[in-house]
Amino acid sequence: MTKGLPTLPITRRHALAGFAAGTATLAMPGLLRAQSETIRIGFPTPLTGPYAAEAKDQVRSAELAVKLANDKGGIGGRKVELLVRDDKMNAGEAATRTLELIEKEKVHAVVGSLSSAVQLAINEVTRARGVIFVSISQSDTINEVKDFSRFTFHEALNPHMTTAAVAKHTFKPGMKIAYLVADYAFGHEILRGFKRAQAAIGATSVGEILHPIGAPDYSTFMPRLRAMKPDILCICNFGRDQANSIKQAVDFGLNKQARIVVPVLLYTQRLGIGAEAFEGVIGGANYYWRLQDTLPSAKAFNDAYRAAYNGAYPTDYGAYGYTGVSSLLLAMAKAGGTDTDKVVAALEELKYDVAKGPQHYRKCDHQSVQSVLVLEAKAKADTPEEADPFRILAVEPASEDILRSCAELGFPS
Amino acid sequence: MDTELIAMQLFSGVALGAILVMVALGLSIIFGMLGVVNFAHGALFMVGAYAGLWIASLTGSFWWGLLLAPLLVGAFGMLIERVLIRPLYKRSIDDPLLLTFGLAYVLVEAVRILFGNEGMPFPTPPELSGVADLGIGYFPIYRLFVVGVVAVVLVLLWLGLEKTRFGLIVRAGARDPQIMRVLGVDVAKVWLLVFGLGVGLTALGGVLAAPMRSVDPEMGALVLAEAFVVTVIGGMGSLVGAVVAGLLIGIAISMTALFAPEMATIVMFALMALVLLVRPQGLFGKPGRA
Amino acid sequence: MTASVHSVAQVMAGPTGHRGWRARLTAWRVPLSILVLCLLPWVLPSQALAVNVLIYGLLAVGYNLLFGYTGLLSFGHAAFFGAGAYAAGIGISRFGLPWFAAIPFGMLVGGALAFAVGLLSIRTRGIYFSMVTLALAQLVYYAALQSSSITGGENGLRGFTVSRIELFGWSVDFLDPIKKYYVLMVFAAAALWLVSRVLASPFGAVIEAIRENETRARACGYDVERTKVMAFTLSGLVCALAGTLFALHLAIVPLDTLGIQTSGMIVMMTLLGGAGSFFGPFVGALAFLLMEDVVALWTPHWQIVVGTVFILFVLFLPKGIWGTLLAWRVGR
Repeated sequence: MTKGLPTLPITRRHALAGFAAGTATLAMPGLLRAQSETIRIGFPTPLTGPYAAEAKDQVRSAELAVKLANDKGGIGGRKVELLVRDDKMNAGEAATRTLELIEKEKVHAVVGSLSSAVQLAINEVTRARGVIFVSISQSDTINEVKDFSRFTFHEALNPHMTTAAVAKHTFKPGMKIAYLVADYAFGHEILRGFKRAQAAIGATSVGEILHPIGAPDYSTFMPRLRAMKPDILCICNFGRDQANSIKQAVDFGLNKQARIVVPVLLYTQRLGIGAEAFEGVIGGANYYWRLQDTLPSAKAFNDAYRAAYNGAYPTDYGAYGYTGVSSLLLAMAKAGGTDTDKVVAALEELKYDVAKGPQHYRKCDHQSVQSVLVLEAKAKADTPEEADPFRILAVEPASEDILRSCAELGFPS
Repeated sequence: MDTELIAMQLFSGVALGAILVMVALGLSIIFGMLGVVNFAHGALFMVGAYAGLWIASLTGSFWWGLLLAPLLVGAFGMLIERVLIRPLYKRSIDDPLLLTFGLAYVLVEAVRILFGNEGMPFPTPPELSGVADLGIGYFPIYRLFVVGVVAVVLVLLWLGLEKTRFGLIVRAGARDPQIMRVLGVDVAKVWLLVFGLGVGLTALGGVLAAPMRSVDPEMGALVLAEAFVVTVIGGMGSLVGAVVAGLLIGIAISMTALFAPEMATIVMFALMALVLLVRPQGLFGKPGRA
Repeated sequence: MTASVHSVAQVMAGPTGHRGWRARLTAWRVPLSILVLCLLPWVLPSQALAVNVLIYGLLAVGYNLLFGYTGLLSFGHAAFFGAGAYAAGIGISRFGLPWFAAIPFGMLVGGALAFAVGLLSIRTRGIYFSMVTLALAQLVYYAALQSSSITGGENGLRGFTVSRIELFGWSVDFLDPIKKYYVLMVFAAAALWLVSRVLASPFGAVIEAIRENETRARACGYDVERTKVMAFTLSGLVCALAGTLFALHLAIVPLDTLGIQTSGMIVMMTLLGGAGSFFGPFVGALAFLLMEDVVALWTPHWQIVVGTVFILFVLFLPKGIWGTLLAWRVGR
């Protein structure tokens, strides 16, 4: 189980055998008696609000990870329990819920969060109290030394990784790139990532337009974007802003003029907004269920998920819930319980493959080094199965090369 | 910056302002007649969009949605006036405001329960999709259509107010509600109809806006803020003010988008604060009201 | 909601009959409030909830000074709450202020902002007053969003966790929820005492006179504008104090503290508990947060319940929970 979690190919049975092995090492009488207490994991996520669909998938996937562990006798004989709380997509609420989870429920670790503000809020609370936090939302800020917590691990992709992978498979030397950027940290992080890739590849920027976050109308930006005559239009925003801006770019015929590229393609957003607007849009993702065609761990995850939830496929954000909780449980099994220092050490050493190929947490900033998928949204005519709206263009393998270096993030070398 | 781009930008501002005009008109009519600041106006805009979507999916045609949703939501508005707002007329002016504030919460959550949180696609009707060459640049046909519909509605509204008996009563009532009672007009009935009309207009705005973006339960919040800005700048209760200020704000947003895009939202509120401080009754409002 | 809960006349009526009971309640209102606050962490489901009731209750008390007692419906009080919170956080993280200095610093900034907003907004009346406060608060919100190098922008302000404080030679673990609660409570209690004194002063009578009839108050020779600005500033000061406590408690300041939802929530809490009564705001904050907490347990659609309850209160119990209880007791 330690260094030996075989990377590829791995089946679900193997992965579970891993759990069992961890359990076996723990089955020493003394340890078992001392730690019969249930392992409690807090899970704040925005059950209400615009990302409720993603949050629901996160919860289902996280519960699946817990169920699989419990089916195998728990972690070292201890049952695992997931305590889900609604953070309402609000940083203050998230911090309050996290306090409640730590102070009242005495959780052993926290997994969750879906927005960068919420993630940073939980990080602040857990850091001060020495509680392990596996964060599953995307942000570059949290990797930097200023917000570093020894107890926090970043399971999600960050904007830098995503843009590096997407740019690598879309930008070509000499191309003209225009950017429409949401004017907040995430938007600027995306822009920075794309522009760095653009410089490395030898493409040129023909303009950047900032838009206010949460804007419903983008029509006023479109004439200017058209006038830039780009080959690629990079839309650097997220969620509903992305859906609205793509739709309006298509209304203005920009998709006929340029290829639309986004940092992250959301499965639920695509289903929400329809195939027409998204046709041909390229973006990154942490997971797509079609990985199962080439990856046994993805197949195992999909099968378990489908068996538990009436044949539904796991989604990208859902997968974060699964990989986040799974990595934590694997580390707890390895550490022989919930002792914080031991689990942190185990997480730092962990090599795991539970859904999307090999992953590990980088030592300096605790970022999960993992594969990045580059997806293209299919035309409506090519989408006979509604659950299969994307085509996998490329899978960028797990590598520290697409991360910012530890020195750049401000960590002493 | 070339003139063609500026002309295009002006034009997108007008198209953007057209929707604002619809919403602000409804808000202004209701305030002018009833003295009610309708905080649920944005939520009703959203309900209009969902109603349009629902009817369009039942009938298979966008046109039925466009036609029926405003009527349906307008009727719903009358129900709100009759049941929730009428008991408050004798009370402080703050009470209807607070009630509609709570109502907005309820409407948004009710839509979430009925249609889900995540928002739904509202495809542009096929006969109106695509772009038209305006000579100065390309513009979506659907947005041209929206400007046309709003223009027609404004003309009809103007005719209705100027040429009909109901219009006469509304205009008189906006000036002095007391005198209408003295003249024996059934004020309650007029107020019911006016509330329905105001809500119907915002619902129409919602259906018209839906194909330009996706439909989601939170779509009303920002629209409400923008409509407030428009009515306050134009003068609360002034219909001409709502139209002029709606187009003005649309163009202002569009022009800031050209020169300082990240300031677009601030500009709106700054303009509103400025107008309130310099000319509290708004550009076309009468002093002393409210 | 200008329905008076206890008007000037009532307060001045003196201790006879049930009025005597009212006067005793008024005299003991500060010690009683403090007693209830002392018990909160032990009776509520979680300490995190108790701290929230403390902070939001204080916030509503500050708001009530303006809305309940002076009769001005502001839709922008999040600005002062948020300004207090941001200033306290920035004071600690940037200027290296100790935690006890961050509190007056936050109040100073929030109070100054309230003074400015008050000065501008009291020039307008009625609905326009609500609108101008809303617009100015939105300006503050967007200003905070834009100046992310100072405020942290969308990500919120962080990096000022106070984990241990020194009190007269004692070292108190500020991460311990109970200890933290009582430290924060001392400040809330002091503010309550101050508010009670203000309400009992001639100034308190004047603001209520303005609420009841502005023209008459003016005719009586009171400087209405000056009084309104003072009430606005005082209200903003208390809200800013609540903001600083919020910052110390959570160790983050989310951008949402400045948002219109926060302003709306303050209004709802105050109204729910009973505008224009001393205990009302705390009762409202408690009821609102408990309702949210309890309803959220069985449905994610808690907003529909909260909204409906609020509508019912506006329609049938405009005096709020506490105001209705008082009226019922007095009516007997």
